[in-house]
Amino acid sequence: MMSDITMAYNTYGILNEDKSNAILVCHALTGDQFAASQQPVTGKEGWWTIMIGPGKVLDTDRYFIVCSNVLGGCMGTTGPKDINPETGKAFGLDFPIITIGDMVRAQSLLQDYLEIPDWFCVIGGSMGGMQVLEWANSYSERCFSAIPIATAAKHSAQNIAFHEVGRQAVMADPNWMGGKYLEHDVKPRAGLAVARMAAHVTYLSESALHRKFGRNLQDREALTFGFDADFQVESYLRYQGINFVDRFDPNSYLYITRAMDYFDIARDHGGSLAKAFEGSQTRFCVVSFSSDWLFPTTESKEVVKALNAAAANVSFVEIETDKGHDAFLLDTPEMLETIGGFLNSTAKSRGLL
Amino acid sequence: MIEKTTLSRPQDIRVDFQLIAEMVEPGSRVLDIGCAEGTLLSHLVETKNVDGRGIELSQKGVNACVAKGLSVVQGDADQDLVEYPDDAFDYAILSQTLQATHRPAEVMNQLLRVGKKAVVSFPNFAFWRCRAYLALNGRMPMTNALDYAWYETPNIHFCTLHDFTALCESLDIQIEKSVIVKENGDLMKNGSLGFWANLVGAQCIFLLSRTS
Repeated sequence: MMSDITMAYNTYGILNEDKSNAILVCHALTGDQFAASQQPVTGKEGWWTIMIGPGKVLDTDRYFIVCSNVLGGCMGTTGPKDINPETGKAFGLDFPIITIGDMVRAQSLLQDYLEIPDWFCVIGGSMGGMQVLEWANSYSERCFSAIPIATAAKHSAQNIAFHEVGRQAVMADPNWMGGKYLEHDVKPRAGLAVARMAAHVTYLSESALHRKFGRNLQDREALTFGFDADFQVESYLRYQGINFVDRFDPNSYLYITRAMDYFDIARDHGGSLAKAFEGSQTRFCVVSFSSDWLFPTTESKEVVKALNAAAANVSFVEIETDKGHDAFLLDTPEMLETIGGFLNSTAKSRGLL
Repeated sequence: MIEKTTLSRPQDIRVDFQLIAEMVEPGSRVLDIGCAEGTLLSHLVETKNVDGRGIELSQKGVNACVAKGLSVVQGDADQDLVEYPDDAFDYAILSQTLQATHRPAEVMNQLLRVGKKAVVSFPNFAFWRCRAYLALNGRMPMTNALDYAWYETPNIHFCTLHDFTALCESLDIQIEKSVIVKENGDLMKNGSLGFWANLVGAQCIFLLSRTS
């Protein structure tokens, strides 16, 4: 049990008088609260600037956007790198195991704190989408609409497998020190970088990799027949790994991937996903991507099927793209169109337009 | 003007929609399968206050529906009807889509599983102009309403009025109401479905239920 937690969050736009225009943006595994503002560690622009801003789909002239760092994260919300008041040292593996449900409960406390009776919309992709579904499961009356993107109501065996590879890479790094690396002033950089590299491949698609890199060589005319990064794709992955390590806490990575693994909404309802959504008045817009093999369309269709069985208001679209799972973070015009159309019509029915 | 976006539907669809709407009780739960850009569904929501849902194959169609505030799921009649629970709707509507399905008999069964009743409309392939076209030209009929060449038509399972009534009989489906639309727009409501109807009927609209 944890008594005090800190929540770090950013807001964009202005909350209206009725407090009816608030949108909660839920971030993915390695995302953070800097959805539409500069990330302080990397200096890069926010991860969802394609969606959030004046005149954009999540229009900051119209909506009040809230994005918080998830529980267990490492960008300000309480997580394993924070000091355990009982020991005076970083939590490390003494941090309690967390679930997607815990993350959403923490967000609901933030909602109370901001005195927002119900979100106009809860939206997110991947693990963000899991949070959206958990909101609909646990706090349906507190979200008017929900947009789960490229996600699933349970983590698949394949996805658990990939996460386990990542965690083992972190824990196999001698600098992990049984999770106590902060006390020794080291960091399992290599392990976390490998975890990120393996995970990153799952965010793309075969055709996207081919289109981006093919078998192109990196800064050289010919193969070196060694273990240097001869190929552009190798160089790209190494870059992804190295950069990730600077901005992410290895134990956070363990805890958050585990939270995803444990996610299974149907299990909490005797195996029936439909039961989770029974009586829900929330309007749903479910989005998947044709080339996403991490959270394939079949997973989204399971959610749609359950929502239909629960007689919920649901729209669903599978976007044709070769960008893979990452499509929700990229400029995918059909996604922007679908979500924009859904939000506009939903805003009208809420009297926001 | 021929509208190519609503692949399986003829261009002048207002009569069809109006006749379908007449068969639907106000305030009921309705599933429109192959709802295209949501014209019928919006019409039913506005005039009949139905709780309307749709299934549409094209992303463009789904987007158009979603933008209108309709709850529409991407999918098709052949594959996705099985995902809905029994008796989920008062009416399952299949407007001008039956002839574009892969397994029409299975789709008909599914319609009357997810819907307590079904409304089905389709062009009658035994309409005299189709017969004359084939007889005189020796080519697959192309009319104003059926404007695709055989090699590109989405309409892969044409049937005649009599084919349809025979299918209903073999599937133990009861015809509650029928409207046959003649070329000039005249309607034959709940009349004989005999030789004459099969010859002069251009469009057919049926209200169906399971034989109890």
